[in-house]
This record gives sequence, C-alpha cells and structure tokens, in this order.
Amino acid sequence: MSAQIPLVDYLALGDRPHLVAHECTACGARFFDRRNACASCSATEFRDADVATDGELRAYTIVSFAAPGIPVPFVAGVVDCAGTSVRSNIINVDPTPEAVRLGMPVRLATYSLGIDDDGVEAIGFGFEPA
Amino acid sequence: MSDAVWILGITMTKFGKHADKDVIDLAAEAALGALADGGVSMTDIGVLAAGNLMGGGAPTGQLIQKQIGQTGIPVFNVSNACATGATALRTTIMAIKAGECDMGLAVGVEKLAGAGLLAGGSAKTDGNHWTPRGRYGSVAGVDGRIGTDTMPGTFAQIGMEYGHRYGGASFELFARISEKNHAHSTLNPLAAYTKAMSLEQIMGDVMIAYPNTRPMCSANCDGAAAAVVVSDAKLKTLSAEQRRRAVKVAASVLTSDPWEEACQILPNVNTLTRNAARQAYEQAGVGPEDLDLVELHDCFATAELVHYDNLMLCPEGGAVDFFNSGAPWRDGSTPVNVSGGLQSKGHPIAATGIANIWEICHHLRGEAGPRQIEGARVGLAHVIGLGSACGVHILERSAA
Repeated sequence: MSAQIPLVDYLALGDRPHLVAHECTACGARFFDRRNACASCSATEFRDADVATDGELRAYTIVSFAAPGIPVPFVAGVVDCAGTSVRSNIINVDPTPEAVRLGMPVRLATYSLGIDDDGVEAIGFGFEPA
Repeated sequence: MSDAVWILGITMTKFGKHADKDVIDLAAEAALGALADGGVSMTDIGVLAAGNLMGGGAPTGQLIQKQIGQTGIPVFNVSNACATGATALRTTIMAIKAGECDMGLAVGVEKLAGAGLLAGGSAKTDGNHWTPRGRYGSVAGVDGRIGTDTMPGTFAQIGMEYGHRYGGASFELFARISEKNHAHSTLNPLAAYTKAMSLEQIMGDVMIAYPNTRPMCSANCDGAAAAVVVSDAKLKTLSAEQRRRAVKVAASVLTSDPWEEACQILPNVNTLTRNAARQAYEQAGVGPEDLDLVELHDCFATAELVHYDNLMLCPEGGAVDFFNSGAPWRDGSTPVNVSGGLQSKGHPIAATGIANIWEICHHLRGEAGPRQIEGARVGLAHVIGLGSACGVHILERSAA
C-alpha cells in the first residue's frame, strides 16, 4: 500500500476513517481548526474528540458554479453527527433535488484525490447516503 | 428625545453599469447629492465615514474629500462585508451621539458590474506534491471539496435549513419571493433591473446553487449611496423645510454573531439578526406590527425567507405562511423590499446599507412617487454581512 495523506488534518485515516475535532475541555464546544481560546467560553484547553461517522443531512445545496478545477454539479451540505455539525460534500449520490433529501441518514466515506510525484495518495472525505 | 439623531439628507445613485465613472466619481456624486438634499455643505460636516469593500484598502473617504472638499475632519474608512454601508452610517451616528460633532456624512460605494461569482475563498492550485497548508493542514483547496464557500451556495443552505426545520419551503416558494422583488423594481427607476419576471422565467433560468437560479441571486452592479446625519440640537437651528424632511433614526444597531454550535460550519445569519431586531424594536419603542415597510437583506431568495422570521415579521417558524399570505407584497400588510431588493434593485455591496435607508426615507418623506407606500410613518432597514455583521435601523417620519 502506498503512503496516504488526508485532505485535511482533522480527517483520521486507517481502518476506520473518522473526523477529529478540537474540543474545549471547559464547555465542550468543538472546532475543526486550531483555536487560541474557545469561541464559546474563552477557555484555552482543548482535547481531541472523535466525531461520529453517522449523521443526518440538515441542509444542502447543489452547486452548479464553483471555483476553477471543481467538478460541478456537486452537493454541499451540513451534516449533524450526533450533535456535532460537519461541513461536507454529499457524495455517491445523484446531484439532483430528487435524490438528495433533507433529513436523510448519511455516513462518512473517503475517496482518492490522486497520487502525487512521490507516490503519496491524498484522501478526501464526504458523506454518502446510509 | 433630546439625544435623537436625524437623517438630514440622503441619496443614492442609479444602480447598474457606470462604465464611464470610477468608484470615486460615484461616491462623490452620492456625497454631493446627500449634502444638497440636506441643504448643507461640506463645511458643515464634522465626521466622514466611508466604505468600499472591494477597494483593497484604499483611503476611500480621503479620496472622496479630494473631490468634494478637504476640510481636515476625521475620516473613518470602514469595512464590514455586506454591512459596510450600515457600518459607515452607524459610525457617524455614534460620533454624533458621543457629542464629538453635530453633523456627519456616511458614504458607501461599489463597482461590481460584470463581477462573476463571489466566493468566500478561492481554491488553491493543486501542485505535484501534496503539502499540508493553512489552518486545516489541507493538501488541496477545501472550497468545493468540503462543502462550498460560494455565496449562492451558502445562502441556499441557510434557506434549505429553515425549510427543513419548519417545512413548507420549496424551489417554487423561493422563486415566488424573487418574482415579488422583480415585480416591485418595475416602479423603481434607480434599480439595476426594472423588468418583471414570471415564475416560469425565474425557475427556468440558469441554476447557480440549488434552489437559487440567477435572478434569485443579488445583482452585481455599480452604485453609491450617502447620508447626512444631524444631532437633534443642530436640527432645531435649521429651516422648517429641513426639519420637515428630516427622518428620525429611532434605532441604530449593529451586532455580530454570538457563538453557537454549527455557526462556524454554516454561517448563522439568524441569531445576530434576531438580536439586532430585538434591540432595535426596544430602542425605537415600536414592534414589527408598527412597520409600514421593510427593506431587508435579500442577497438571495433563500435569505429573504429566513429574515421574515428573524426580524419577527411573523411568528417563529411562520415565514412560509407569512409569504403565502401576500403580506410582503407592496399591497400587503408588511411590504418588504418595495425597492426591488438586492435581487432586482441590485447589490453594490458597500452602498447597500445606505441605499436601503434611502428607500425607507423616500417613503417616510412621501417622495417615492408611483411606488409610494401611502401614509408610511415607520420603516426598518436591515443588512447582513457574512462573518458576520448585522445592521438594523428603524426610521420614523418627522412630526414637524
């Protein structure tokens, strides 16, 4: 198996790919990027917290015009993963309003972004219908 | 009220394409227009606040002064996303309330005609080596790979989320909101677009980010707006005609978004708008039922729906019913965006937060011509800039 690198540092690869949030130890607020202090309570200590890989689609759009290099149309959405909101594309689904349903159960899935000149494969994530 | 602040003069340029004018030409035209409308001159002004979001940090206020009068007064160049114009106005109001001066000028200007899709961020170029960069250690651009940063897509989700929570929203409902605003602008000669569009035309137009088609998105265009604000004490020294046309700023509020779960995943434009509305109604001593007209930030059709609720024009969760009742049409119980709104009047970003005040003032002064809302006494103007900033102003007709 060639070496792999995640699209973002909060995607943990391995046998059971999942997202990892920075969780405020004082109030439990979760963030996917680093914080100097918590936006909710201003405390300064965080721990890593695994985010549920199953969720429910709470909002979506089907994007037809996007930045150069992004294939369209694609589905962008917000997934409620057991109380933690996650921003993601919705993948492995027809990008049509008939196929995508608000409230539908979804689960984390990964896909290859390609292999670079060093043979390293980048892995992205999305949520797919469960 | 002795510490009241008043709009003495206000104007907006025609919104649309101004190929022969640059940003400063447009800003100067609006500024001179506002001064003339108020019957004052640059030498009366004690503070200037100016905004031009796409100006790249240029000293817009000073450049305006060089066109209309360099009097040495303090200039505040402000930037607050789509709330930039309201922020400039709020800055001058604060200066007057603080007693620093008795008259101020606020200007917002933008040249956007022909600008394409406005994204929150742009994709990075994918090189030949996966190298983690930035706050997320990303090896490729995340916009489009992890959700969307585009404005149409972001606000589409905001409307869809509301529809999911309360039910009743559909592609057709959102398109009907747009149909209303495109119908309203036919009476507004300063709007960028003044052509009615049928529901079929709107739904059949180019899809940008479902459920927003192109006419359901705010229209990129050029334009400027400016306002002269004056203290109550100073207004008392001015002519009867100036006092009669002055419009009272019954409330001036600016909020940012308090932390909530998910607000950093999808911008929450709801809570800060509710907070601003609540403060504004309290300051003004009026309620939503007292409003004769509302100009709200319909940057997309999907956004207008949620703001009916956020501004408490309807019971919580009742925005779909509110729209279906006909209430926000110009002949309804709470006319919303009789100017045509951002979808049809246009959205030259930094001008918007003053142009919407102009629209309200125009009606309160009884000067709105064919689109006049008869007997208008109280109106509300709302803008929101992602990030987020929300400006709400409540305006009242002069009793003089």
